[in-house]
This record gives sequence, C-alpha cells and structure tokens, in this order.
Amino acid sequence: MTDLVEPVELVGPDDRGPARYGTLRYALSKAGGAMLSIAMVIVGTFFAFRMLPGDPVRALAQGRNMTPEQLDLERRRLGLDKPVAEQFLQFVQDTLRFDLGISYEYKRPVSDLINERFGATLLLAGTALVMAVSLGIWQGSRAGWKHGSRFDKLSTGASLVLWSVPTFWLGLLLLMVFAAGIGPIPGVFPTRGIESVDAPEGIGYILDVAKHMVLPCLTMVGVIYAQYLLVMRSSLLDEIGQDYVTTARAKGLRDDEVRRKHAVPNAMLPTVTLVFMRIGFVVGGAVTVEAIFSWPGLGQLFYEAIRVPDFTLMQGTFMLIAVSVILMNTLADVVYHVLDPRVRSA
Amino acid sequence: MSLLELDDVSVTYRIADGDVPAVRGVSLSLAAGEALGVVGESGSGKSTLAMSLLRLLPRDAQVTGRIMLDGEDVLAMKWGRLRAVRWAEASIVFQGAQHGLNPVQRIGDQVAEPLLVHGLATSDKARSRVTELLSQVGLPAWRARSYPHELSGGQRQRVMIAMALACSPRLIVADEPTTALDVMVQAQVLTLIRDLVAAQDIALLMISHDLSVLADVCDRLAVMYAGRVVEAGPSYDVFHDAAHPYSRALAAAFPTVGDPASRRAPRGLGGDPPDPMDLPPGCAFQPRCPVAVDECATEDVLLRPAGERRTAACVHVGVPAEETTR
Amino acid sequence: MNSVAWTRRRRAFGRFWAAYRAEKAGMAGLVVLVVAVGMAVTAPLFIDESVTSVVNGTGERLAPPSLDDPLGTDESGRSILLMIWWGARTSLLIGFLAALLSMVIGTVFGISAGHFRGWLGAVLMRITDWFLVLPSLVTALVLAAILGGSTWTIIIAIGVTSWASTARLIRAQTLAVEARPYIERSTALGAGHWHITTRHVLPNVAPLLLASTTLEVASAIVTESTLAFLGVSANKTSWGTMLRASYDWGAATSGAWWYILVPGLCIVTVVMAFTLCGRALEKVLNPRLRRAAA
Repeated sequence: MTDLVEPVELVGPDDRGPARYGTLRYALSKAGGAMLSIAMVIVGTFFAFRMLPGDPVRALAQGRNMTPEQLDLERRRLGLDKPVAEQFLQFVQDTLRFDLGISYEYKRPVSDLINERFGATLLLAGTALVMAVSLGIWQGSRAGWKHGSRFDKLSTGASLVLWSVPTFWLGLLLLMVFAAGIGPIPGVFPTRGIESVDAPEGIGYILDVAKHMVLPCLTMVGVIYAQYLLVMRSSLLDEIGQDYVTTARAKGLRDDEVRRKHAVPNAMLPTVTLVFMRIGFVVGGAVTVEAIFSWPGLGQLFYEAIRVPDFTLMQGTFMLIAVSVILMNTLADVVYHVLDPRVRSA
Repeated sequence: MSLLELDDVSVTYRIADGDVPAVRGVSLSLAAGEALGVVGESGSGKSTLAMSLLRLLPRDAQVTGRIMLDGEDVLAMKWGRLRAVRWAEASIVFQGAQHGLNPVQRIGDQVAEPLLVHGLATSDKARSRVTELLSQVGLPAWRARSYPHELSGGQRQRVMIAMALACSPRLIVADEPTTALDVMVQAQVLTLIRDLVAAQDIALLMISHDLSVLADVCDRLAVMYAGRVVEAGPSYDVFHDAAHPYSRALAAAFPTVGDPASRRAPRGLGGDPPDPMDLPPGCAFQPRCPVAVDECATEDVLLRPAGERRTAACVHVGVPAEETTR
Repeated sequence: MNSVAWTRRRRAFGRFWAAYRAEKAGMAGLVVLVVAVGMAVTAPLFIDESVTSVVNGTGERLAPPSLDDPLGTDESGRSILLMIWWGARTSLLIGFLAALLSMVIGTVFGISAGHFRGWLGAVLMRITDWFLVLPSLVTALVLAAILGGSTWTIIIAIGVTSWASTARLIRAQTLAVEARPYIERSTALGAGHWHITTRHVLPNVAPLLLASTTLEVASAIVTESTLAFLGVSANKTSWGTMLRASYDWGAATSGAWWYILVPGLCIVTVVMAFTLCGRALEKVLNPRLRRAAA
C-alpha cells in the first residue's frame, strides 16, 4: 500500500455530525408560517364576507320576498348591527373555538354539519388521490424512461387532453354513458348519492357504497392524474441526463434497475412536493364532483351553501377548506425536508 | 497483446438535421499497466470515444469498428456479457464534482453497489471492502455514511476513484477527472490516481483538455482533433517536441513560469474547432494551421510514422503514407 | 437610435416566428385559435343575440341533430350550433380578460417582489405564497357568490385567484435579470425603480409572460365554465351555462347526448389549442426546455 498524501481540504464543509435539531427547527418555522397564513385566512374571510360590495343580507334577499323587518332580523342575527371591530373580535374568538355559526338553510350549527360530512369527502377524495398518484407516477416514469416511444407519446397526448377537460364535463359524460346508459351500453352505476335507499347491511353495504363511488372517483382520478403523470415524466427526464445515471449503467446494472434504484428516487422528490402543492386543485375537483353526483360530503355542503346562498355555512366551510389546504402544504414542506438529504443538512 | 485495442473506431450521431461524425476512424492501443492520455479541445470527440468503450453512448449513436478489450470485441458482445464486463473489467471515473454520484444515496452504498451487482461480495464483506477502498483514497471510514453533497469536490472525486477500483478492474477510464477542481486539489487527485494505478497494475486511459495534466501522469499521449487522432507518442516527446502543428500549439499554450522569452511571445491559436457536420475538405486543421501548404486544403492526411513509436497526421512529417501505420 | 432597436426587434421576431413554425403542435393550436376567434368575432355578421332567446326557439325541444339543426336543439328548441357560436364570444372574452387581469396583477407583484429587497420584497412574497396556496376554484366560487355573478365579477373572481403562479415565475425571472451586470451599471448611473423595472426588466420578462398568459387563458376558460356550471354565473350564453342547463334538464339521463357533447367539445378544443400554443411558446422562448422536451 503506497503512502498517500494526507487529504488537506482547502475548501470543504465542516466535518461535524448530522444536524440534530435541524428538522425540528425547520418544522417549527414552517408551522409558524402556517399559523400566519391561517390568520390571514380568518381575517380575509371576515372582511370578504362583510366589506365587499353586496351586503350579504341583500344578496340573501335576491329572488326572495323579504320584508324590511325580516332583513333587519337577519342583520341582527348575523351580528351586522354591531361596530366592525367588535364583530371582528367576536368572529375570531368564535372561529378559534370552532363555533362557525348557525347555518341559514339547515338551522343547525355549521360545525355539526361539517363533522357529519367530513368522512364522505375523505373517503372519496382520499381514494381518488391515492389512485391518481399511483397511476400518474407509474405511467409517468415509464413514459419518461422510454421517452419518444409510442407509449410515451400516447401517455403525454392523453394527459394533455385530460388536462383540458373540465372536471364537471367528464362527470357528465360518465353519468351519461355509465349511469344512464347510451346506445348499446347499459347504465349500471347509480347516478347520485352514497348509498341506495334499500341498501343491505354489512358487506353488502360496503359494496353498495363502493358502487356509488365508482363514477365520482373515476371522474376525479381522470382529471388529476394527468398532472402527476406529466410532472413525474418531466422530473425523470431531468434525471436521465445526469452523470450518475450513466455511472449506474456503467456499473453493469440492468436498465430497469437503473431506473428503479437511481433515476426514480431522485425524480420522486419534486413530484411528491408538487402533489402536495397542488392539493388546492384536488379540492376544487372534489367540490365539483360531489356537486354533480350528489355525494354527501363537504364539497356538496359547500356547493349548497353557494346555491342557497347560505353565507354562514359558506364562510365556515370555506375557512375549513382553506385551512386544510394550508396544513397540507406545510406538511408537504416538512415531509420533503425529511426525505431529501440535501435539504436536511442545509 | 494489448489490453485495449481500438481498430478504426468511428462514432456517428444521428440527429434530425443529419449525421454528426464525432469520432472518425480512431485506432489506439493500450497495454496492461500502461497510462495513455487523450487530449483535445471540446468537440474533438474524446469523451465520445471514452463512452464508446463500454457502449455507454445514447441510442442514436452508431459505433463502427472494433473495440477489443482483453481479446473480446466490446461492440459484438451480447448484452449479458457486456453487463458482466462493465465495471468488473473496465470502470469509469467521471467528473464526480458534478453529478457523477447519486445525490440521495449514501456514498458507501454507491461504492458497494458494483460489488453486489457483480456478485463479488455479500453485503457484510462489501462493507469492509468499502472501508478498504476509502482508506486507499485517503478518506476515513465513517464517510461511507455521508451523502455526496456533504463532501467537497476533491472528496467526491476520491469517492469516484474508490468506486472505480471496487471490482479491481484491469482498465480505468478517467474522463476529465480534475477539470472542475482547484489546482491544489487537482494535484492531490492526480497523484492519487497515478500511485494507485501503478501499485495495482491497472491500465489507465485519461481524457482531458489539459495537456500538462496528462503529460505529468501518462506514459503516452494521443492528441485528438475533429474526431481523429492527429498525433500519438511518448508523452515527453509529444509535449516537448510535438510533430503536429496542433499539438505544438497546445503545448505552447502553457506559459513557462520564470522564462522571460515566453512572457511576451504570442500564444494560443486563432479560430474555433470545426463544426463536425461541416468539416473542411482536406486536413481538418488546415484553416487554423500556421504552416499549412496548398495541398493541405485538398488532400486529407492520415497518421504516418514520425519517429520512434510516434505518429502524426501532417504533410510535414516523415514519409508520405501510402500505408497507414500506427 | 429607435430605428436600430426596432430593426433588431423585427429581426428577432422573424427568428421567433421561424422557430415557432417548426412546432407542429403549436401551429395546430394556433390554427384552431384563429378559427375560433375568427368565428367569435364575425358572429354578429351572421347571427345575433336572439339565438339565445328562449321565446324564439324554432326547433323541437331536445331534438337530436338533423338537417334543420345540425347539432340538435336544447330544452327550449334553440339551435345548439347557433348557441355555441354565439356563446364562443362570451367564453373567449371572459377567458381573455380574466387571464389579462391575472397577468397584470401577477406581473406587478412578481416584478415588485423581485425588484425590492428587504421587508417589502419579503411581504410581497408572503402574500404571493398565500394566494398560491389558496384553493383557486373554491375561492373563486366564494368571490363570485359574494360579488354577484355578473360578467365583470366573474372576471375579477378568476383573475384574483390565479395570478400567484405567474407572479412567482416573473419574480424568478426578475431576480435573474437584475443579477446581470448592466443593471448594476444602470443603478450606478442613477436609474430609479421605475426606470429599471419598465425599461430593463419588463422587456426581458415579456416573452415568458406571453407564454404564461396563453396558458392562463386556457385555465381561465375552464374555470369560467366550471363557475357557470356550478351556477354562480349570471351569464346566460357561455358554454358553461349551456352545460348547466343540460344538467338541470336531465340531458344525461334522457339521452340528449348532443347537448352534453357539443358545448363540452368546444371547451376542450379551445383549451387544448391554447395549451398547445402556450407550450410551444415556452419551448421556443426557453431553449433549455426545447432540449429537454426533444
């Protein structure tokens, strides 16, 4: 063994161990940012619903016959006769206690309604998200790896088309073809709701719900998975040109091993981040799909609030949706930080 | 018999606008334990040549000729045989300072990977082998758990070298191993390469655009221009007494520190390397050549003998060649 | 001095056009757009608003395509062909204007956030990030519901919820431009904020802005049709409103496939055309993307 020059590092990072509290500090700073954003949502909601032109009570009176006394009653009920500052403080207090007011349409606390509907949305959106992410990532990585091939061209083309299709239209088409049936295709799936009136118990009930979920889920997946495919594909394309992929090939790994062990893990990072960041889009899709298929979730609740219009309900559901999205984004930042070793030591 | 023998190797890229001849009829040989340096400007085809040795070029590159590695033609190998040969017989050191290492994998795992792929070690044996390799390149064992971004450029290059040595190959191809490094670190890495290669009797093919680096480390040099080898011979001779005008210009481009005569003397070469899709007729170097004559513009020149174990592709050298010899 | 700049610009445009022409998908999109916009603009020469009048419905109700009404009729007997022709004006106009608004807000925020350092830049960035996280459709729905669903409020609702991604892009580009040495020289010569941003930064980000706005129009058209479908738009003529009517009148269950297919295909075609154009513009104007996509 030859005697080698002692490695004298003139330029190099400190040789301490891995940063121990880095992740915690990062998570805390992100949480702080989230708190600020949530505060902005609460403030913004308050002013939007009260300060923008179109006094909510007047909007309520559109198309309805309401006497001035009824309008005054509404105003007092909504607390609109008190000074703004007082209203604001009351609002913030109530919101933080999760007291979101009483729904005009249902005459029940908004928070109760939200609690009831939450599960259905989680079921539908959660399932759709998992399916869309898996399919999008799998297909996107295959398309990117074999880019230029027919599979790639078809995948990219299909994604571009799906990206241009409005969610509700896809839903309408699916309703038309599979629920009502058209031409030779019989309508098999239910057109609305989460369960049939005469649904059986136990396993039969689960199957019944599943059957009701097929079309709305398919609609959601159809629109959102295209994004994930395109992102994964382009992330992978970015990685393919890198030297370490050539190194892996030069080491004698098989083609699919190179893809799986080297290219994909690197390409996944920006993809996963983007999935979380685009949660707002998924939420919008959920609202639309629940509206079309009358799926009894938060989205449909929100939609009803818009239609009535029930401003208290609208306000409450909107804040919940916005806050959920903010929290998801914060979670995404922290998860990315944990997953990417480069960011972790920064 | 040589360990590596290139016989009239050409590489052509097929792109939308036409064919790009990146390497045109290169013939070289490398004996076991010998160090050969290939020097040239960007676009001379040297990196393409290096990548072609293990068939690492993209799909749109066509390689012709014969690449004999230890008696077997790499270009004719079946896929399985090629994968077995890769890294085990010949490995590559890239510019590790850039992205030659997987950013999200610990370097210990990356160095161990070829051992596991070629079935040369189980995972425990691999760990001790990794420690051994890291110490050979002057890195402490605990570095195996680091990620590439936690290392400096010089340290990453050492990791690349350690990785290349993993399967005890007979040939190492070093493609611009010191280009992105500071001068001091460059010197360390070069010394490291030279010592390791000599100690383990490994043949070395080093690519660079820096002639002085190669002249220091390699026994023989080959100068490439526009996809061809225009001069080859012992490195001392090529560096100090070049036969081809291009090699002369390359060697003269480095100032001799402390020599007043070289201080004011004009250096370097005007013009740019030719576009491979639009090569001039005759000698490719002719437009920039300070000693070109009329026939250089019309008649292409191939390598001809220029002394003891030397060849050069210039009309001013030796005997006009009816035979092309090495 | 000016004429030199203009000759340079004209030549640059010539090069740009030649590069764009090579993009097949982009050209296809452009052709579709020209046809669509042309049809929308020339519509008043052939028909007028009366095609949407419920009283004037000439055909049978919910009739399938026939020689009289090549694309069928709706629930009031109006010709779907004529309605989508007239509706193109609304959908395209709202799309354009909403994208324009989004682009203006995004540019102002983006350039300012990139140009001003210190707390001002940080605050602007924070606001931009906040808008970026906000779920755009949901917020647009709320705004439209509060403001009433007139054409202008719809435009505002869409514009206000979609500018953040443009702003981010512009900010990154502004930072890149301002890092160039000639900006430093300009500042040393006494150039103020207004001068640097309008004379130096803006022309440099303009090409990117063009590509971004084109894509923004595509997204605005989808959003408008979704808002109309969900019933917050008071507009009577857009493609989204037609689809809303088809839903209300049970076209899906009663088999009136033309009522669902036709307006939807119009939306998809136009949106795809804008998307293809936008992507082609991106490729042409950003050589790095061109290589990656090859």
